Amino acid sequence: MTVTDTDTDTTPSLRGRGIGRFADRAFYLALLGAGLSVLLVLAAIVFRTTYDAWPVFQYQGFWSFLTGTEWKAGFERDSFSGIYGAWPFIYGTLVVAGIALVFALPLAIAVSLYIVHYAPQRLKKVLSYVVEVLAAVPSIIFGLWGLLWFVPTVLQPVSNWVSSTFGFIPIFAGPVPNVNYFHAGFVLAIMILPIITALTREIVAATPMSEQEAAYGLGSTKWEMVRAVVLPRSVSGIVGASMLGLGRALGETIAVLMLVGGSQRWGTRLFFGGDTMAAHIAATFQDAAPETITGLLGIGVVLFLVTMIVNMIARLIVWRFGFRATGDAI
Amino acid sequence: MSNQAMPTATSRARASLAVRQGNAARRQRTERFVATLLTFFMVVASIPLFLILLQVVQRGWNVLSYEFFTQKEFPPARVGGGYAAGFVGTGIMVLWAGLFAIPTGVLAAVYLNEYGRGPLAAAIRFFTDVMTGIPSVFVGLAVYFLLINATPLTFGAFPGAISLGVIMLPIVVRSSEEILRTVPDELRQGSLAMGARKWQTTLKVVLPAAAPGLTTGAMLAVARAAGETAPLILTAFGNINIVTDLFNTAIGAVPLQIYNGARQPFAPGVERAWGGALALLVLVLLLTVTARYVGSKFSKIGNR
Repeated sequence: MTVTDTDTDTTPSLRGRGIGRFADRAFYLALLGAGLSVLLVLAAIVFRTTYDAWPVFQYQGFWSFLTGTEWKAGFERDSFSGIYGAWPFIYGTLVVAGIALVFALPLAIAVSLYIVHYAPQRLKKVLSYVVEVLAAVPSIIFGLWGLLWFVPTVLQPVSNWVSSTFGFIPIFAGPVPNVNYFHAGFVLAIMILPIITALTREIVAATPMSEQEAAYGLGSTKWEMVRAVVLPRSVSGIVGASMLGLGRALGETIAVLMLVGGSQRWGTRLFFGGDTMAAHIAATFQDAAPETITGLLGIGVVLFLVTMIVNMIARLIVWRFGFRATGDAI
Repeated sequence: MSNQAMPTATSRARASLAVRQGNAARRQRTERFVATLLTFFMVVASIPLFLILLQVVQRGWNVLSYEFFTQKEFPPARVGGGYAAGFVGTGIMVLWAGLFAIPTGVLAAVYLNEYGRGPLAAAIRFFTDVMTGIPSVFVGLAVYFLLINATPLTFGAFPGAISLGVIMLPIVVRSSEEILRTVPDELRQGSLAMGARKWQTTLKVVLPAAAPGLTTGAMLAVARAAGETAPLILTAFGNINIVTDLFNTAIGAVPLQIYNGARQPFAPGVERAWGGALALLVLVLLLTVTARYVGSKFSKIGNR
């Protein structure tokens, strides 16, 4: 028996015929287009910015752009005349994000352990709900609150005291301006705390019940169970979550901009009024000449590279952990 | 097997544990200590966050008035006036950003959930996740160089809306995919068994079933976009006048006005910044709380 071409038309088929057959195909292509648009947008962003930032890297040299400590804006339209060394901003970004993470991460782990394992049953739901809602508070509100109330009322006296008591250690030496690395980092810590907690809570809660019960069955107290079962299981997930938080802290702009100082210089003191990459871009963009805007784009590309690397590693770690962290917040 | 007199079962158990294990008392102490410590951390962590909410409400409450929403801003040293320019600008830009990002994001999520197998889908998932981590100021820079530097367009609502849309897109994709995953397969199979095509099944069965949940993602994304400041500095540029043009006129936004109000020295401008912060906070929290409420309702239905 051979089936000829003409037979296919007469075979009864559940699949129907006519225009409907193309509709599925068209539908698929439309969906595929939407899916691809994500990649296209990302590709457009990456190529355009890298291409446009190239001249400043060429003018300054990529390495000396990264390590140069002087940033002197130029005012040319089509050529370069300034000095573009982004190190003060790179350094400031790392310091501020580092400070934020140092304060936020231990608290986030403690809070998620409390919510998942220690909180009264009724509070659990409420607390995780509150954490997720707080993660949505816009950063401009943290900046406003930090600049106008928290720093002058709480942080400044504390910093003054630390500086006058431990000032003999170079890192704590004064003077303490009201905007500096530490103040920006601390407010940033408050800001990313709910964001990291939303992730770590989920990771801590993902510990299999059977293993928890096994630990209890062996006579563990709650803390012994947490230490022997929950924490070892969650380590990689927590590392991933904290890197996502780090990525967020590195790229945070407006709250940091209002609190870091904007000095375009760098210093090894904790209370130095410095600058970060994102803050510097946002602060000087509106007054910048074309060549300096290209310089700012150079900073943006470096910032993008750093956050992308941090984010990709974090995502891979969290994915390997077995689930996509919720991502409502991040 | 204890030879002491035991009044109750619990104290007998405790005593026997203490007799058999010399370290039981220490372990109990550690347990209590850790529980107290974690509770303490919980309290410490929540204090600043509640202080923010409290103070924004406190200082913003008296500023909010009918005029605040209907008048444009006065010079910083003058009392009165409002953020109408910002509200109009934020409204326009978030609207257009949503029109771009929400349909695209939902369709991309449908692709990932209904067809998404193989390396391409994995790549889209991965880069969507990674895209949520792009610094928003960099999105602003990229949109500036894509739309304003390279074309005749100038600062205005359109580039602002696009940059907000780029920030919203991955949020919509991710949360929509989560929601679509909770639609039971029986619904799809039932529809297909009735002879519906894949596109009919998706559009008429899967999407309506997921609709309440899909609004969750959309609302979270809108909440995020409404509060963004940094990309708008580089694309919308800000304007104290009320602007309704989509193209070629710099346009204001509430976060931009808060930013400008907060960093200048005159009290009336600062007061208005608190008022703007309260309005923005209420908007964002309303959206988030509603989204969570709808989302939790929906996931219960989906799991049943």
